[in-house]
This record gives sequence, C-alpha cells and structure tokens, in this order.
Amino acid sequence: MAIQDHRLTPQEYSRNFNDIHPPFESKDAALVDANRCLYCYDAPCTKSCPTGIDIPKFIKQITTDNLKGSAHTIFQSNIMGGGCSRVCPVEKLCEGACVYNLLEEAPIPIARLQRYATEPAIQQHWPLFHRQQPTGKKVAVVGAGPSGLSCAHVLARTGVEVTIFEKEEKGGGLMTYGIAAYKVTPEFCEEELQYILSIGGIEICYGQELGQNISLARLQQEYDAVYLAFGVGLARRLDIPGEEFPGVIDAIRFIYDIRSKSFPEVPVGDKVAVIGMGMTAIDAATQARRLGAREVTIVYRRTHEEMPCTQAELDLAMLDGCRVLWLAAPKAVLGNAGGVSALVCSVMRLGDPDASGRRSPIDTGETITLDVDMVISAAGQTPYTDMVRNSGLGNDKGKITVGEGGSTGLAYVFAGGDCVNGGKEVVDAVQAGKDAASAILQLINS
Amino acid sequence: MADLRTDFLGIRSPNPFWLASAPPTDKKINVLRAFEAGWGGVVWKTLGSQVKNVSSRYSAVDYHGSRMMGLNNIELISDRPLEINLKEIKECLRLFPDRAMIVSLMADNDRDSWHELIRKVEDTGAHGLELNFGCPHGMTERGMGAAVGQDPEIARTVVEWVMEVATIPVITKLTPNVHSVVPTGRASVEAGSNALSLINTIQSVTGVDLDTLIPNPNVAGKSTFGGYCGPAVKPIALKMLTTIAQDPVTARVPVSGIGGISTWKDAAEFMLLGATSVQVCTAVMNHGFRIVADLCEGLGNWMDEKGFARTTDFIGRSVPTLTHWEDLDMNYHIVARIDTDKCIHCGLCYIACEDASHQSIRLDPGHPYNTYTIKEEECVGCNLCKLVCPVDGCITMVEQRHGAEYLDWKEYQRRGLPLNDH
Repeated sequence: MAIQDHRLTPQEYSRNFNDIHPPFESKDAALVDANRCLYCYDAPCTKSCPTGIDIPKFIKQITTDNLKGSAHTIFQSNIMGGGCSRVCPVEKLCEGACVYNLLEEAPIPIARLQRYATEPAIQQHWPLFHRQQPTGKKVAVVGAGPSGLSCAHVLARTGVEVTIFEKEEKGGGLMTYGIAAYKVTPEFCEEELQYILSIGGIEICYGQELGQNISLARLQQEYDAVYLAFGVGLARRLDIPGEEFPGVIDAIRFIYDIRSKSFPEVPVGDKVAVIGMGMTAIDAATQARRLGAREVTIVYRRTHEEMPCTQAELDLAMLDGCRVLWLAAPKAVLGNAGGVSALVCSVMRLGDPDASGRRSPIDTGETITLDVDMVISAAGQTPYTDMVRNSGLGNDKGKITVGEGGSTGLAYVFAGGDCVNGGKEVVDAVQAGKDAASAILQLINS
Repeated sequence: MADLRTDFLGIRSPNPFWLASAPPTDKKINVLRAFEAGWGGVVWKTLGSQVKNVSSRYSAVDYHGSRMMGLNNIELISDRPLEINLKEIKECLRLFPDRAMIVSLMADNDRDSWHELIRKVEDTGAHGLELNFGCPHGMTERGMGAAVGQDPEIARTVVEWVMEVATIPVITKLTPNVHSVVPTGRASVEAGSNALSLINTIQSVTGVDLDTLIPNPNVAGKSTFGGYCGPAVKPIALKMLTTIAQDPVTARVPVSGIGGISTWKDAAEFMLLGATSVQVCTAVMNHGFRIVADLCEGLGNWMDEKGFARTTDFIGRSVPTLTHWEDLDMNYHIVARIDTDKCIHCGLCYIACEDASHQSIRLDPGHPYNTYTIKEEECVGCNLCKLVCPVDGCITMVEQRHGAEYLDWKEYQRRGLPLNDH
C-alpha cells in the first residue's frame, strides 16, 4: 500500500476525466429537448435559479434559431452561464423545479441546453455586450472568482474601470481550482475568463493577495469603491490525533493539484478515506477513484437524510465504485511519519435536531477502523478569519457581515460570494456579484 | 369487429380509405404496394394533357419540432405517357380486383379531348372517374384545373361534356380556392356529376428562405404559388365539406372527403360530416403506406365502442349539429375548473387568460410553484385555458346554465336582455 502517482495509462486518465455531461451532438438533438419545454409563465425553473436566468426564453430562442439571443439571455443574468451549465447542482435548482417532474417525467435538460447556447458564444467570442463610454470611475475587486468577475462585468458594461486583484496565477477562482476536472476543464475556464474580459475595461493583477501585498486601506484610497470576493480557502481542520501524518490531505488541496497539474502527476493512495459528504467530498472521492485508487470510502457522521450533496452527486460517487460509511465520525488517524495506516471512526447515532434543523450525530462509544493509506478531509472550508478581522470588517466567525447589496460597515467597501456566505454554489456567488455591482453603481453615480 | 366495407355509388372497397390522386398513385409500383398494405382504393394520379414537371417540387411547414404540419407542391398532373398509365391501371385492376380504382382526369379544355380521354380510361375497366377541377398551379395558366373549378359555369359545361360519354360513376373534385365551394358543387351536380370530392389543395407560399431570400420550393432562384395540404388544412376542409353536406342540391350525391386526413380520428370526423369515403395523401408522403393499418384498426375499434356496425351508421351524423351562430343557445354557460391535483403549475392558462381573454384566473404566488384557480364569476367559458393546458383533464369546463330554457340570439334581442356591461 502506498500513495503514488502515474497509476494509470494516458488513455485511462483521459477516459476517466472525460466530460461527464457531454454536450448535444447536433442542433437536431438539442431541438428535441428544447421543443419539449412548455414555456412556463413565471417559470419555476427561473425562480429556482439564484441568478434568475429567463430559462423558458432562452430555450424558446434555441427553437427559433436565435442562438445569439439565447446566449445573451443567459449571460445577461449570469455571465458565468457557460461554467454554471457544467457545475451547477441543477437537480436541486432549475431542473429540480421543472414542472415535468410533477408529471413524473424527465425534466428539461436545462443545463445541457444552456451549454448548447453558451458554448459557441464563448468559443467564437460573440460580442453580445458592449461597454459604454468610460465614466472615469474606478472600482477595485478582490478575487477573480465567479463573484468578482460577475461584479466586474456588470461594472465594465456601464463604463466603470475595474481592477481585479487575484492571489493565484489564473482567474476563475473555485471554477478553475476547486471543481472536479470532469465537470470543467482548465481550457474551458480560461476561455470563459477571456470571454468575460473581452468586454474591455477589466484588468486582472495576478499574485496580489489582500493582507500580503495589498491592503484594504490603500484600495479604499485609490478607488471609488471596493468589492471583496476573495472566497473561503482554509480547509477546516479535523482536530483529531494523527492529522499531521503525511497522507492526510485536505480536499481543496487535492482538487487544486488535480486542476493545476497533469493527472499522472497527482498521487493517490490505494485505499482512500474521504471525510465529509458535501459536493467537495464527492468531487474528491470520485476523482481519487479516477486517478486509480482501488478503494474509496466516504465517511459521513450523519445519514442519507441529512447529507449536504445532492442525490445526483452521490449517485456519481456510487457509480464510480466509492463506498459510503454512514454514521461514522473520524476519531484518529493511525500511522507515523512514513504515512497513514488506518482511520479510526466513532460510530454515531442520530439525536435531536440541531441549529440547522438536522438531527445531530451522537457518539455511541463504539469505533470502527478502516485500513487506509490516504485520508482526504472535506470537512468544509473556513473563512480567512484573521485577514477579515485585521481589515476591520464586521464579521461572523470570519464571514463578512453585509447589508443591502453587499455593503460592509466600511465606507465604499462591499463584499459577496463565499467570503460572506461561507461557501455556496458558483451561481450564488455570481448573483452576489451582480447585486454588489448594482449597489456600487448607485453609490458612485449618485 | 365493425364492418368497414364501403359502397360508393357501387364502387366497392374493403374499407373507406382511398389514396388521393397524387404522387403515391402515379404508377403501378406504388399502387401495388398500397394495395398490399391494405388500402381500400386509389384515385390514380391525374391523366390528361401532356406535361413536364420541374425539379424541386415540394416545400413544407414544420411546427414546434414536428415536420410537415403542412405540405406544398408545385407538381403538375402525371407527366408519364398516357398509354403507360392505362396499361398499368389495367394490371393493377387485374391483380387487386376487390379494390376501388378511380382515375383522375384533366383533359384539354374541349369536348373532344374529354370524350377521347374518358373512352380510353373506361377501356381499362376502372370503376370511376374523378374530374380534377382543383389543381391550383400550372394547369390553371392553361385554363385547366382550378380555372375550371373556380367558375361554376365552366365547370357545368365540362361536366356536361363528361356525362355525354361516361358510363361509370363520375366524381367532381372541388377546389377550395373560392369563397364557397357550393356554387361549383351545385353546377356540377346539376350537370349530372354522380358525386363530389373535396378539397383539393389551397394556394400557398409556405415560406421564404432567410438566407437566399427566395420563397420555397426554390427552382433555380424562383418559386411559384403551390398547393397546400396536410394536417394544417383539415379544419378548412371540414368546413367546406359541411357546406356541401348541408346544401340541398349537393347533399343529393355522395362525397369523398379529402384534406389533411392523417389518423382514423380525422377520417371519422370527415365521415361524421358527410364523407362516404376518405382520401389520404400527405400522411402517406410523410410515413408511407403502412399507416393504413392503424386507420382501419382505430376506426373499427371506435365504431365498436360507439355501437356502429357499418360506416353508413354514422356518415353525416354530425352535419345537423353545425348550425347558424344565431341559433346557438345563449343560456348555455360553462366555466373552467382547474384540478389542483393534476395541475403542474406551468402558468400557461393564467397568462393566456390574463393577456388574451378575461383575466379570470387567480395567481397565488408560491416558490417555486404558484397556485392557479378560476375566478368563476369572471370566466366567460371561452375554453382558452383548457386548450393551452398541457395536462389532459386538468382543466374541465363545467356547465352552469344562465337559465333552463333554450334562448337564441334573436329571442335574446327581442326580449331586450342586457348586453355585457364591462
């Protein structure tokens, strides 16, 4: 047993990391589904989209051969509509609300149709938006993730000059660094970013981290307004013995490596335990399998009823051959400086509902031991608490507290996305960016 | 099982389904395949004046993902030599003696031409003749086809020429490219035509190619008005058929119904409005002869359910129920009702009623599903919500009469009863 890289042949890597939601092969194929759409009024799908994309309209526009209009409808509400069509948990958003579900029929494949409409726009650089005359106003955005880019695009459209400060070497944020490679490719993320930037008036300064090479005070001085969208980043610690052994890795790091290196370069164990049952846990577990791990066990302290990931995501992990150990909480990692040998878990039972309304797990005192050589922790991410506090921002355990439109307690400083909500979907971050842009425009133009 | 056998002026066929005079009936190979598939009869594609067809002949209208809701053609009558057609008709008759063989005719516009053509066709042993007074394109420019059917007096003259020599039943096929089919229908019957058939195709332009800007079908950069048929024309055909069934002169003769018949249901509707046999073309051009199996089975099953032993039990049954508007009962009132268990909250009824009818549907916002209910006091019973609802049986129209007695518009006015106040 060992953690090692280069476990598979190039063909195997390529097959394992293929697009799991392949696009429509042809216009005819897209039309079959587009024509099924009932064109609902006050549509449940639209109401279930955090960015409020007019879904019946964009689907109708596919059927009328108005693909440019369709792409515009999507991007108008969500400039990352291309990426969202690949990464959104649509089964709990638009597709989950499709009225066909109430007929016990398959919902309209909204995400796939959205991809159909947005892909050519991104690949062929359709100029769907035009930047208004520069107004001379300048806004700083911290973080080139979905929320920052969404805010920047809305601002740029109205002629504001936007500078984005990004600590990584690439834009896209979690879309580029934190999502399974079989959902979006690095190439796609780069294309999407370039498409967003093509409107003009947005400059990204890479390698710039708030609290390190830039300060909020300086941004406040130099810009008319600041939008903070730096996300969350620190993996929540397990706080169990043995967490320091090599072979224990956090899921964010693991996925970051997969996204930033070539697949064969990323090492994985023979027998892997993944702790947690959120989307990131699923992304880590399935990708561990796809990198060649022989056994992957997802360890979750509650039951199927309480799991935060969607059923579709769980199905994906199960179909990849991952096992699930319900009602098990990590207690200790066994091993030494040479590596991990086992994960000891407490067997739990469900007690009374906690603050989240979900029944909370209670330790039964029994334990179970899993022989593993790698432990991937996906127990959630924590906010950049110190940086937030040092910047003088009001916060709740490190999550920036905001008012209407993302306004913070500091003058001309707004915030949104994961650094405010603690970590939600890409589509939520995009909406927060739009809301903040509206509030910023109102403020700086008044 | 119901008896589908049909007797049309002594022309017998095992079922009422005939193929209309069109490309599927223009030669032996097609007709034999049709008979093998089970078609009751054919009207052989129009013989007569020698013509030549162009390339690129059809165009269609697609609707919401379905192909060929309507089909348009600029093809003329048979462009094969008459002698070959006659020889093949004879062979088909010999191989399938139990099927109806009617031959469509369009001679040059003179008495001798008609006489000569009829004699030659009768020599084949065909059971009937159909006079093509309806072809809306090409032939009209030569004074034939619809040019005859559009003028009752010309039609009368031609029918008279025909009846001078015809010894087998003569069916006159009417053009719909007139304000009413009745005048030509009457003239034809008065001149001795034994039966009528309708409708022929409706003059049309199906569309313009938005790349080339040339209407279709495109013949070397030009197009021409064609004849429209298929499911889109069915309601127009049913209306025209009814006017023939209700006119005292034309009602004297049997009618073969044509116009967008694709299913057994369409056929039953044509027969309820007076057709003794029905003719099909577009549905076969779309799907082939095999559709006849369901036409027969579906019609038979329906007849069994309704207790009709033979087609004559219901032919024309619905004709008296189509009346003048002013004879309709003003006291009859229906209101929509939405079955909340069946409702899928698509909102289509709401927006149709709100924007296009009487604002009679209440919307109670919900996330993500709104609740829709009928404001019965506002509902005029127009049916629109029921028509747009995608769930069968979700919206029903419930009778709530304004009064027990029958009250027509004339009586309503005579009594000075109130008009709408909003």
